[in-house]
Amino acid sequence: MSIPVLKFDAVIVGAGGAGLRSAIQLSEAGLKTAVLSKVFPTRSHTVAAQGGVAASLGNSEEDHWHWHMYDTIKGSDWLGDQDSIEYMCKAANEVVVELEHYGMPFDRTDNGKIYQRPFGGHMSNFGEKPVRRSCAAADRTGHAMLHALYQRNVKANTQFFVEWMALDLIRDAEGAVVGVTAMEMETGQVVIFHSRATIFATGGAGRIFNSSTNAFINTGDGLGMAARAGIPLEDLEFWQFHPTGVAGAGVLITEGVRGEGGILRNSSKERFMERYAPNAKDLASRDVVSRAMATEIKEGRGCGVNKDYILLDITHLDPATIMKRLPGIREIGIQFAGVDCIKEPLPVVPTAHYQMGGIPTNYTGRVVVPKGDDLASVVPGFYAAGECGCASVHGANRLGTNSLLDLLVFGKSAGDSAVEDLKAGKAHRELPQGAAEQSLARISALDNRKGGANVYETGLAMRRCMQDHAGVFRFGDMLKKGVDKILEIEKAAHELEIKDKSMAWNTARTEALELENLIEVAKATMISAEARKESRGAHVRDDAPDTPEFPNGRNDKEWLKHTLFFPQEGNKIVYKPVNMKPLSVETIELKTRSY
Amino acid sequence: MKREDYGRLRWRCSRRALLELDIALTRFLDERFDQLSEEQQQVFVELADMEDHDLWYLISGQAECEDPRLAPIVALLRKS
Ligand SMILES: Cc1cc2nc3c(=O)[nH]c(=O)nc-3n(C[C@H](O)[C@H](O)[C@H](O)COP(=O)(O)OP(=O)(O)OC[C@H]3O[C@@H](n4cnc5c(N)ncnc54)[C@H](O)[C@@H]3O)c2cc1C
Repeated sequence: MSIPVLKFDAVIVGAGGAGLRSAIQLSEAGLKTAVLSKVFPTRSHTVAAQGGVAASLGNSEEDHWHWHMYDTIKGSDWLGDQDSIEYMCKAANEVVVELEHYGMPFDRTDNGKIYQRPFGGHMSNFGEKPVRRSCAAADRTGHAMLHALYQRNVKANTQFFVEWMALDLIRDAEGAVVGVTAMEMETGQVVIFHSRATIFATGGAGRIFNSSTNAFINTGDGLGMAARAGIPLEDLEFWQFHPTGVAGAGVLITEGVRGEGGILRNSSKERFMERYAPNAKDLASRDVVSRAMATEIKEGRGCGVNKDYILLDITHLDPATIMKRLPGIREIGIQFAGVDCIKEPLPVVPTAHYQMGGIPTNYTGRVVVPKGDDLASVVPGFYAAGECGCASVHGANRLGTNSLLDLLVFGKSAGDSAVEDLKAGKAHRELPQGAAEQSLARISALDNRKGGANVYETGLAMRRCMQDHAGVFRFGDMLKKGVDKILEIEKAAHELEIKDKSMAWNTARTEALELENLIEVAKATMISAEARKESRGAHVRDDAPDTPEFPNGRNDKEWLKHTLFFPQEGNKIVYKPVNMKPLSVETIELKTRSY
Repeated sequence: MKREDYGRLRWRCSRRALLELDIALTRFLDERFDQLSEEQQQVFVELADMEDHDLWYLISGQAECEDPRLAPIVALLRKS
C-alpha cells in the first residue's frame, strides 16, 4: 500500500495554547506550517483554564520577574531548572503584552491597564507577601487566549488539519525527527507528514487516573509517540492533585466552596481537618488537604459502600448564599454526583489535575536526550512545548497560572528555535524506509486481533491502578505492587481488540490508539514514583516523612535530580542533575519549602 | 442517523474542552439520544456544535436558552 506523503517545513501536533503560539512564529516567518489537532483548535483543553496567566507586569503593585522566579523555584521544590525558570519569568511580560496585541480581551483597571489579581504561591520580594500577578479575561481566560491565537494563525496562513490524529513519530537512522504519521478521522486514511521541524504540543495525560479534572482528550498522545520512538520521559512521578474533584466524575469543585464555609467530613461525619491542620482546618493548602483526605480513606474512614470518598458539606450554608456565591456548584452536584448540595453533602476525592513532567526539552524548546556523556543532547528536528513538554519550569510542583505562561513562552521559543534551525539547515532529510510501517502495523493489529483485551476494561483497570497505587499520597508497598500491576495491564494494552472495523469516524479505534499512549505515561509514572525514595513537591511518600534531617521528607543529597524514564530500554531510569544555574542572576539556594 | 454521522457526533461529544460536557453529552448519547425524533437529533447536533462555555452555561442553568427550538433538548440535557 502506498501512503500519501504531505511535505511541510514544520508540522505541529496540537492546537492548544502551546501549538498555536508556536505556529505563529513559523507561519509569520514565511514557513509552510501544518497544525494537526484531534479537535477544532478552540476545543482544546486550554479553553478550560479560568484562573489566569502569570506575569510580573506590576500593574496593581510593585512586582519583578526575579520575585516570580523565586516563587516558581520554591513552588517547584527546587526541582525546576533555574535557567528555564529565569527565561520564562523574564519573558512573561513580553508574551502577555503580545497576546494583548493579538486581541486578547484581558480584564482592565480603571486606567486601561491589564488588571491583575493574587493567586496562591505568587509573592512579592522573595516570598514576603502575596502579590497580584495573574492576568485574566473574566472566567474565560483560556478560551479568550485560544481565540486570539487562532485568529492570528488564520491571518498568517497556518494550515490546519482538524480532526486528525497523529499516530507515531518518524525518526531517521541518525535519530533525527523527520515527521509524523497521522490518521484523518473522517476517512481513516493514514498519511505521512514529512517535515524539517516537528513540534509536539499535545497537552497532558491526566486521563491515566481514575479521578481527573482533565477532559477526555488528555490522553498523553505526544508522550506515547515520543516513548515509542525511544525518547525518554522526564519527571513523570510528579502530578499535581486538586483536593476536591467530584468522586467518580473528576469535575473540579472550586476552592471557593471551602472558602465560603464548606467542611470536609469522613464516614463518621467528623470534621477531620481539625486534626490535621488545627488552625487553617478546611482552608489549609491544597497538598495538606489532599493528603489528609487520602489518609482518611486509606485508614478506612472514607464514605460510601467502598469507603472511597470524602464528603464536602455545605448543607449548613444559606441556600441563597450558595446560589449567589457559588454559581454552578449546585448543578455540578446534581449532574455529576446525583446530589443536591443544599440538602446533602457532595462526595469528593483528591483528583489529578496537572502533569509536571513530560518530553525533556531545554528552554529553547528543543528536545534533549542523553547521548554518550551528554545528558542533554539535542534531537535534530524535534521540539516540544506546553503541558506535554518538560523544560522543566514546574519541577516537582506547578504554581497556578504558570502553565498558561509556560505554553506561551515555550510555545514561542520552540517556534523561534525551529525557525532558526530551518533557516540554517537545508532540504528535508529523507524519510526512512517504511516510515509508516509502525502505525500501519498497530492499526492492522487492532483490526485483526481476535480474543484480545477490551479497551474500556483495560483503560478502567489502568485508571484504578494509578489512582490506588500512585495517587496523591503514596505508600512504598503500594507503589511496589502498583509496578507489578501496571506491567500486567500494559500487556493487555498491547493486545487490544476492537469490534468495529470501519474506516470513517471509528471512535473505537481512536480510543484504542489513545489507550496505547496512556499506558506509556501510566507506566512511566508508576515506575518513576516507585523509584524516587523521597518526598518532594507533589510526590509525597509515607515512608519519606518530615524529619529534622529531611524536612518535608525531601532528600537533596540523593534526589536533587530529574528522572529520565526509557521504556524502550527495559524501563531503565537515568537521572540527570537539576540545572541550578540561572542565565544571569545568582542561584536561588536550596531551602525548606514552607508557606 | 447514518453510522458515520453518529461516529462524528460521538467524537465531537466526547472530546470537548470541558470535562463537564464530555460527561454530560456522552451520557446523553448513551441514554437518551436513540429515543429522540430525527428532528430532535438534529437539534442536538446543533447544540453540540456550540462553544463549550456557552453550552455548559445552558446545561448548568447559569444561562437561559432563548431559542424555542433548542430549549426542549436543553431541558432534557439538564435532567439527563
Ligand atoms: C480545569 C482546568 C483548569 C485550569 N486552569 C488553569 C489556569 O487558570 N491557569 C493556568 O496557567 N493553567 C490552568 N490549567 C492548566 C492549563 O490549562 C494546561 O496546562 C494548558 O492549557 C495545556 O495547554 P497545551 O497547549 O499544552 O495543551 P492543550 O490545550 O491540552 O492542547 C493539546 C492539543 O493537542 C492536540 N492533540 C493531542 N493529541 C493529538 C494527536 N495525537 N494528534 C493530533 N492532535 C493532538 C489536541 O487536539 C489539542 O489541540 C488548568 C487545567 C485544567 C484541567
